[in-house]
Amino acid sequence: MDTTTIIGMVSIIVAGFTITIGSIAPALSEGRAVVQALTAMAQQPDEANTLSRTLFVGLAMIESLAIYCFVISMILIFANPFWRQAAAKAGGGG
Amino acid sequence: MMTITPDQIVYCTRGALKLNATIVFAWAVMAALTLVAHLSTRRLSEEISISRWQNMMEVIVGGIRSQIRDISGNSSGRYVPFVGTLFLFIFASNILAVVPGFHPPTSSLSTTAALAVCVFFAVPIFGVAAEGLFGYLRHYVQPTPLLLPFHIVGELSRTLALAVRLFGNIMSGTLVSAIMLSVVPLLFPVFTDALGLLTGAIQAYIFAVLSMVYIASAARAHKANRR
Repeated sequence: MDTTTIIGMVSIIVAGFTITIGSIAPALSEGRAVVQALTAMAQQPDEANTLSRTLFVGLAMIESLAIYCFVISMILIFANPFWRQAAAKAGGGG
Repeated sequence: MMTITPDQIVYCTRGALKLNATIVFAWAVMAALTLVAHLSTRRLSEEISISRWQNMMEVIVGGIRSQIRDISGNSSGRYVPFVGTLFLFIFASNILAVVPGFHPPTSSLSTTAALAVCVFFAVPIFGVAAEGLFGYLRHYVQPTPLLLPFHIVGELSRTLALAVRLFGNIMSGTLVSAIMLSVVPLLFPVFTDALGLLTGAIQAYIFAVLSMVYIASAARAHKANRR
C-alpha cells in the first residue's frame, strides 16, 4: 500500500470521525441550554427578549465548536493539502 | 472539483495581484448597500408622513440602536456606525447567497478574518476613547496581574473564534446546498437554502452582538465585575 493510498484512506476515515464525535457534546449542551432558557422564560415572561437574545448568543458560542469540527472534516475531504501533494507527485512521477 | 472558498475562483490576474470572486462579490455587496442607503435618504422629512424607504431606514437604524443600548447601557451613539455596518454587511452578504451565481464573500476565510481583525483593533480604540490609555490597560491586570497571559490569549482566541465561526457557518451552508443539488435536485435544495438564510441571519446578529459585548466590556467605567 503506497503513501497516496494511505493518505486518502486515513483522511476519509478521520473526516468521518471528526464530525461524528465533534457534534455529540455541542448537541447535548445546546439541549441543556435551551431547557434552562425555556424554564427561565416560563418563570419570567417579561424578560423573554433578553432571555432569548442571551440564549442565541450562547447557542452560537456552543455551535462554533461543532463548526470547527465541520470545517476540519471539509478541509480533509475537499481541500486536503497532503492529498494534493501526494497526487501531484504520483501524477508527475508515474 | 468543488471549491470550498470563492478565493479559488480567479477572474483575471495581473502580475502578483489576483482578482478573485471574494473581492468582486464583497465590492458588489458594498456597492449595493451604499446605493440603497443613498437612494433612500435623499429627501429626508421630519413630517408625520414619510416615504417608505425612509421608514425602512428608520426601522433598521432604530432597531440596531436599541439592541446596542441593551448591551452597552446608555452611550450607544458612538458604536452604532461600526457595529451597525458590521451587521448590515454580513447580513446582506449572507442573505444574497440565495441569488444564483452569487458567492457570498463571507464564505471565504479572508473576509471573515478581515472583519474579525477590525473588531480586534476596534476594542482597544473604543476602550481608550472611553477610559483613557491607563484606564484601558488596567483592565488587563484586573483582578490580579497573574491573569495577564489569560487576558491576552483570550483576546486573540476570541478574534479567531469570530472569524472561524462566521466562515464555517456560511461556507458549510453553500457547500451543503451544492451537495444537495448533486444528490436530490428536485425540492430539497430549497430547504437547505432556507436553512442557509436562517443561519446567515443568525450569524450576522451573533457577530454584531459579540463585537458589541467585547467593546462594551472594554469601554465600561470602573466597575468591580467584568463579563
